[in-house]
Amino acid sequence: MKKSHIFIIIVIAAAIGVIISTAGDASSYVTFDEAHKMAADGKSQSIHVVGELKKDGQGHVVGIIPGADQVSFSFIMIDDNKTEQVVIYNEPMPQDFMRSEKVVVIGGYSGDTFVANKILLKCPSKYQDQKLNAGI
Amino acid sequence: MHYFIGHLGHLFVIISFVAAIATAFSYFKATNTSDLSLKSQWLINGRVGFYIHATAVLGICVTLFAIISNHYFEYHYAYSHSDKKLPTYYLISTFWNGQEGSFLLWMFWHAIIGIVLIYVNKFWEAPVMTVFALVQAFLASMILGVVIPGIEFKIGSSPFILLRDALPDPIFKIQPDFIPEDGTGLNPLLQNYWMVIHPPTLFLGFALTLVPFSFCIAGLWIKKYSEWIRPALPWSLVAGAILGLGILMGGYWAYETLNFGGYWNWDPVENAVYVPWLVLIASIHTMITYRNSGTALKASMILVIMVFVLILYSTFLTRSGVLGDASVHSFTDLGLSGQLLIYLFFFVLIAIVFTTIRWKQIPITEKETAVWSREFWIFIGATVLCLMGFQVLIPTSIPVWNRFIEAFGGSSNLAPPADQLTYYSKFQLWFALAVGLLSGVGQFFWWKKMDRKVLLNELFVPIIASLLVSVVIINVAKTYNIGYSLLLFAGLFTFFSNLKILYSVLRTSPSLSGGAVAHIGIGLMLIGIMFSSGYSRVVSLNNTGMLISKQLSEEFNRENLLLFVNEPRTMAGYDIEYAGERVEPRNKKGYVDKNDIETTPDKHMVIARRDIYIDGEKIFIKGEKFEIFGENTFYEILFSQGGKHRFTLRPRLQVNEQMGTVASPDISHAIGLDLYAHVSAPMTEEAREDWKEREEVRVKRAKEFYVNDYVAVVEKLTRLYQIGDEKIDSTFVAIQASIKVQGERKDYYFQPILILGTNSRGGIVPDEIGDLGLKISLMNVHPESDGLTLGIQTRQKNWVVIKAMEKPFVNVLWIGTLILMAGFGIALTRRFREFSKMKAKGQE
Repeated sequence: MKKSHIFIIIVIAAAIGVIISTAGDASSYVTFDEAHKMAADGKSQSIHVVGELKKDGQGHVVGIIPGADQVSFSFIMIDDNKTEQVVIYNEPMPQDFMRSEKVVVIGGYSGDTFVANKILLKCPSKYQDQKLNAGI
Repeated sequence: MHYFIGHLGHLFVIISFVAAIATAFSYFKATNTSDLSLKSQWLINGRVGFYIHATAVLGICVTLFAIISNHYFEYHYAYSHSDKKLPTYYLISTFWNGQEGSFLLWMFWHAIIGIVLIYVNKFWEAPVMTVFALVQAFLASMILGVVIPGIEFKIGSSPFILLRDALPDPIFKIQPDFIPEDGTGLNPLLQNYWMVIHPPTLFLGFALTLVPFSFCIAGLWIKKYSEWIRPALPWSLVAGAILGLGILMGGYWAYETLNFGGYWNWDPVENAVYVPWLVLIASIHTMITYRNSGTALKASMILVIMVFVLILYSTFLTRSGVLGDASVHSFTDLGLSGQLLIYLFFFVLIAIVFTTIRWKQIPITEKETAVWSREFWIFIGATVLCLMGFQVLIPTSIPVWNRFIEAFGGSSNLAPPADQLTYYSKFQLWFALAVGLLSGVGQFFWWKKMDRKVLLNELFVPIIASLLVSVVIINVAKTYNIGYSLLLFAGLFTFFSNLKILYSVLRTSPSLSGGAVAHIGIGLMLIGIMFSSGYSRVVSLNNTGMLISKQLSEEFNRENLLLFVNEPRTMAGYDIEYAGERVEPRNKKGYVDKNDIETTPDKHMVIARRDIYIDGEKIFIKGEKFEIFGENTFYEILFSQGGKHRFTLRPRLQVNEQMGTVASPDISHAIGLDLYAHVSAPMTEEAREDWKEREEVRVKRAKEFYVNDYVAVVEKLTRLYQIGDEKIDSTFVAIQASIKVQGERKDYYFQPILILGTNSRGGIVPDEIGDLGLKISLMNVHPESDGLTLGIQTRQKNWVVIKAMEKPFVNVLWIGTLILMAGFGIALTRRFREFSKMKAKGQE
């Protein structure tokens, strides 16, 4: 075996290592039920849950509890399977949180509450077609 | 309606597309014809074709810019990317704000580079320009905006589309000639000088990578397997420098404008340029090896091809909409995904076909590379760079993978790593470490014939020096993280080794010092990166002890701080005081207190409530109307360290129509340390309106009294005959009280109004100042006793939640970047001289 062959084998091994580690570290999109089950099974990795904020009949967001010092808050989120879940976020409320139409929380369960490490928002202005401000 | 200019622009697009195809065909014929006279005829055809193409591209640019700068808002591009307020330099950046414009920018650079190539490389003209013209044809097709009749298939998205065709608004049914008064403007976040120069730099870098690719394909095509490297290498060097500069400009913009706390976020859009750059640098190394020792030819070919393919792939990633939710700032989907994929696969196919057909004929060196040879070490370095890129490429491609699975009917719920920053840093750290060590060791191998004894001799001084300095820094900073400490050592090692090499090279042949200088830059960059992220310290640690949920308190390490206006706080050695909200006048330098202005329905226009001074100079008089940047609010925060080192930061919050509310930091730059602060939560509307019950107090004029613990006095009562622009009816009497309240830092003036009706009910107009948390209403006047009744309401004073960080030695990163660029410059000068000599001999 030539040295160059050994070299190529090492490179390929490293590349495969990268792919495997990616697969291992990749997060996944799940529902709250699945996430809860994962947490119960002892899998503590961070996951993505997609859903929306709980709203009353008039479309007002309900269930927001701000922290006393305004630097954290909790809210109620409903995932795609209509499961309701209290989510705690360890940071101030992101701007435009209240008018988001879709929320992705990244984090995991701690007991029965979901602790989000990161919140991604989909706001209407960014995705809907702009309206003409005709002004007449 | 200005129809002509749009038609003209569209005509230019079509000409550029057709001319590019004709050029490609002519140059193709010129390459494949052996008959010399025919060949020269085809060459002339190709050249003329490319000139026509380049002129048309210039024509597109000029017409599009004319539409923007003349504010022809009947065109969608001008309407959705610009407005009348924008100064000229931002009108220029409007040009590439849209996806079509950025394709255009890319084409423009290709056209310029193409013309340069036609002039300087006569020998390679035909095959190289064939590739160039093909690329240009694909790019032109992206902005073609032509619908194929019959199958209704749309090719490209034209920048010259009318607003009424782009936006199906009912107004166009009633009034087809409707032209909006003003455009929606350029995203204010991009109204930043870096956004004027960053995109052209980046796209020039993109464009430059096409040159080595074209030379490589040309070399395979006309069977000049090794000769192509010489003309290609200088271009790779320019590409490496420009693309690197462009990437760092983007990083610097992010550092100054976005609030994630750094210059690099491992966002897919950033990764999409980072990966090709790494491979480009690897290819430069193998090309240099080949020029010196004739090894690594095949590797050079593969890498050069990979760079361009990766550029195409990143174009696909960022523009096809495939990243969707995964990135904050990718372009919106224009429905070009199919076209982009064809573009990508076309050139992948060309590259694969050429390399497989010619693979057997490509010369290789028979001798095995020895471990003590410089080729071996450089090759290892290039490999590490490629793996480094590969590690970023794979997770970034997860959305593509999901799409791919879905295309075959499967489903994949794979998401990108939850915490990108930690995830990528975790891996990239070790690659960076290897790069650091290799660029020290490799350089010694490059310059000297090595064996064990010489190597140890050479390495002794740099290793000792870097060890000493590392130990000192680690102990001073008291950060004992293994990874960061090793990276620090690696950076210092590169720095010292190359300093040593630079010293000896400068004495013998200064023109060859490019490599040493560039690697010194790399060493400094590694040190800067390690410092700014590894030793970054959150200053605003929450020490209030107020928690939202007791059960989680262990994990809660909150890094944000609630500040009330005019209430000093001390933390991490800093005295911090929030001074209130400020706005920025459009035509005057400085900032104005929001308490001193009255808003109008136009968010960009305000009225001064009192004489306004900036730095002791009166700039607005009471009642004056003036223009401000209405979308921005600045939160003035005063910092000092025990009374010394005073500075003021004004982090910004921008109500951005396209992106929602965006927080931008403000940074205090010092030589050794940047202090970085941004707003993490502004006061909510609910908190602003959370007034307590009104209390009535009876006070006397000109006599001091207390409101909410502040000393106040009613200075005078005035009868008003008009309020704002409204005249007051003679059946009403309006009285305004002027009340001075002494705040912590300055006096505030309340001007509540009482309206009394003689035969109908009047009303009260209260006045509020958020900095004091006070709202005062004039309830009644008692002329008989010279007294008056005031209604007092209180709420919490204005507040803001901020996050502040110390970033030590970020400057080392920027300095390292500049030195790296200087290294590229020296290397380039050398290659250019070489090229001039060859040209003089008639060999290029």
